Amino acid sequence: MSKVKNIIICGTGGQGILMASEVLCSAAWRSGFDVKKSEVHGMAQRGGSVSSHVRFGDKVNSVLVEKGAADVVLALEKMEALRWVEFLSPEGKLITCDLQIEPMTVNTGSAVYPDVEKIIEDLAIPNLMIPVMDIAKELGNLRVMNIILLGAASKHLPEISEKNWFEAIEERVPPKAYQVNLEAFRRGKAL
Amino acid sequence: MRKKLNEVDSGKLFLSGNEAIARGAWEHGVHFSSSYPGTPSTEIMETIGKEYPEIDAQWAPNEKVGMEVVAGASFGGARVLTTMKHVGLNVAADPFFTLSYIGATGGIVIVSADDPGVHSSQNEQDNRLMGRAAKVVILEPSDSQEAKDFTGIAYEISEMFDTPVLLRVTTRICHSKSIVEVGPRVEVPVKGYEKDIAKRVPIPANARKMHSRVVARLAALEEWGYDSPLNRIEMADKSVGIITSGISYQYVKEVHPEASVLKLGMTNPLPWRLIKEFTDQVDSVMFVEEGEPYLEERIRAHLLIDGKGSEMMSVEGELNPELVRSGISNGASLPLTFDAIPLPGRPPTLCAGCPHRGAFHTLSKLKASSTGDIGCYTLGLMPPYNALETVVCMGAAIGVLAGIEKAVGREKMPKLVSAIGESTFVHSGITGLIDMVYNGNTGTVMIMDNSLTAMTGGQENPTTGKNLRGEPAPALDLVKLVSACGVNHIRVVDPHDLPEMKRAFVEEFEREELSVIITKRPCIMQYKPKRKTIAVHDPEKCVHCKLCVKLGCPAISWDSEKKVPVISEILCWPNCNLCVQVCPVDALSKDLEGVV
Repeated sequence: MSKVKNIIICGTGGQGILMASEVLCSAAWRSGFDVKKSEVHGMAQRGGSVSSHVRFGDKVNSVLVEKGAADVVLALEKMEALRWVEFLSPEGKLITCDLQIEPMTVNTGSAVYPDVEKIIEDLAIPNLMIPVMDIAKELGNLRVMNIILLGAASKHLPEISEKNWFEAIEERVPPKAYQVNLEAFRRGKAL
Repeated sequence: MRKKLNEVDSGKLFLSGNEAIARGAWEHGVHFSSSYPGTPSTEIMETIGKEYPEIDAQWAPNEKVGMEVVAGASFGGARVLTTMKHVGLNVAADPFFTLSYIGATGGIVIVSADDPGVHSSQNEQDNRLMGRAAKVVILEPSDSQEAKDFTGIAYEISEMFDTPVLLRVTTRICHSKSIVEVGPRVEVPVKGYEKDIAKRVPIPANARKMHSRVVARLAALEEWGYDSPLNRIEMADKSVGIITSGISYQYVKEVHPEASVLKLGMTNPLPWRLIKEFTDQVDSVMFVEEGEPYLEERIRAHLLIDGKGSEMMSVEGELNPELVRSGISNGASLPLTFDAIPLPGRPPTLCAGCPHRGAFHTLSKLKASSTGDIGCYTLGLMPPYNALETVVCMGAAIGVLAGIEKAVGREKMPKLVSAIGESTFVHSGITGLIDMVYNGNTGTVMIMDNSLTAMTGGQENPTTGKNLRGEPAPALDLVKLVSACGVNHIRVVDPHDLPEMKRAFVEEFEREELSVIITKRPCIMQYKPKRKTIAVHDPEKCVHCKLCVKLGCPAISWDSEKKVPVISEILCWPNCNLCVQVCPVDALSKDLEGVV
């Protein structure tokens, strides 16, 4: 593989974005690749927009994904997905969950939450919208939403074997939550 | 159970730049570290605290004290580390500049974590300029491996050349992760303290000699830099040669792999002989650097050469691959399938359950406001509060309030208070309060005590009763401290007790003497309540007034069709009932009994 794979995981503070990107990096590293990731801490948290860039391949230089180069954009909040569409490569895929978290600007009436589904349809953005809350509730654990999304992303990252995904998940979640996270991954992959 | 990293002697780890610096300090036998937290540097100390017990590490009240304590430990012959954000070096500038003259007995590494792009800061200052002004060595790693390796080399340089070394990193180095080859800790002995007045007392007669030594030291280091592993030429296409450092190097390699590159790991003093060799071999020179045109201006002026740099990109903000591609290749970019979509912003907000919300909500209701400071509570500037009007630097809330009063008189601004956190107050607000007492100010200072240095992720400080490793420590008593400054009117209020909070402000606004209100309630990061009790809304009782929404709580959104609030069960904080208090018709309720 000569081309570096570019993934952006986005959403809002506290949704498990950094944990998801840790799992992805670990799975890619286990598959023998050079890996880099970047994210921003501090004031950017506290409910603000959060994103993590992950790049893996034979040799990775930049920690940041270039605009127009993302193979996959994974969004844990659907409006945040739209913030990153300009990063998609011509073949890039958007994977969004249907969660709507209104920012304070919308709550206080200074902005209106956009009709995300309509924008995606109008612009013909290649998107998979996942009913992530429903699946997580079926699984009885709301904390697995990020892993459901990683499962869906895994179909577009064939360089990483299922075994490496599972080991990466095992490394990052408490032992008692391992099985439910595996099931979450499988449910995402089956979509 | 995962092993502590001090039990890992070899192999590879996936580390952030900050974790790699901590690792580098540990491997190179560092004995002692003292720092004040500051994004993006904080995780260096946190990693040392969690993973590397061999390093004696502690939080200092501010960066200046941190640097002074490590200076003393270096005089005692220990290898030492102090870390700070870029503006922290301003606070520590006084010891920094003179420590350069005094030098290092035990190796001294000072980490300055700069924040181009202002992710979590108040300015974008480039501390290479500070390092040069102080005449110290500056090293700039470009990834986590180099962050670890350069830390090690920094100790060698420090002890070999008797100089503090400034390890200058940026947010993208600190908070990016990459694979790092690690090694074991190599112990070095603590040399011990030896009296040396001529070396450590810069009275004018000594300081002049010290300065001569510094000048000679820089000349020796300049030559050392010629064949140091820190600097290297990667010769390829000779039509253009790019001079770069730090994270910018990685962007250059990404978007322009065919170019010849001079990668400078040591950016003060500059290795002139190596730079000249490089520029002589290429047809044209470009500079790719984040922040100020530091390399560009120095190299062009020194070698009297032409070269493109800051005008291709920007001195503002962070670099990224698209800016570097466009800058190097005359506006080129990857083809974009979709344009940027205009969207509502998602700024950070005070957390659900945040103690500061009660104070800012009350100020806002009273049409009052504050001079602000650096911390989570800076968010009091945001709607719906709009209750924080100035920020300058750590500690300035108090001095600024004092100055406004001096300029326009208290009667013109009776409802303006200082808003400053307890950690920031201890850092550098205390001197402002002493000034107010001494110079006859009459305003009100609000110390927002949430028992944690919160915005940097939750660190202990001298008021919390715990040290960096979470062990018990004496807790500074803020009431006694404020009282000792000469303040006669001090009251402690729970900011979530809204009637009491209001009474405190109203009474202190009217008082014609200086007063201090301490709002005391722990940060939500401090504890996990035992029971999950969320606010319950009764739509039958609701009068659709939106007073609950106007609290600015992220757990409360507004259903514009049904005209009722929606409480998020994920976000609602158990031990908080602000919305219950503001609801005029008891439509919101919460059973707080038993919640701790």
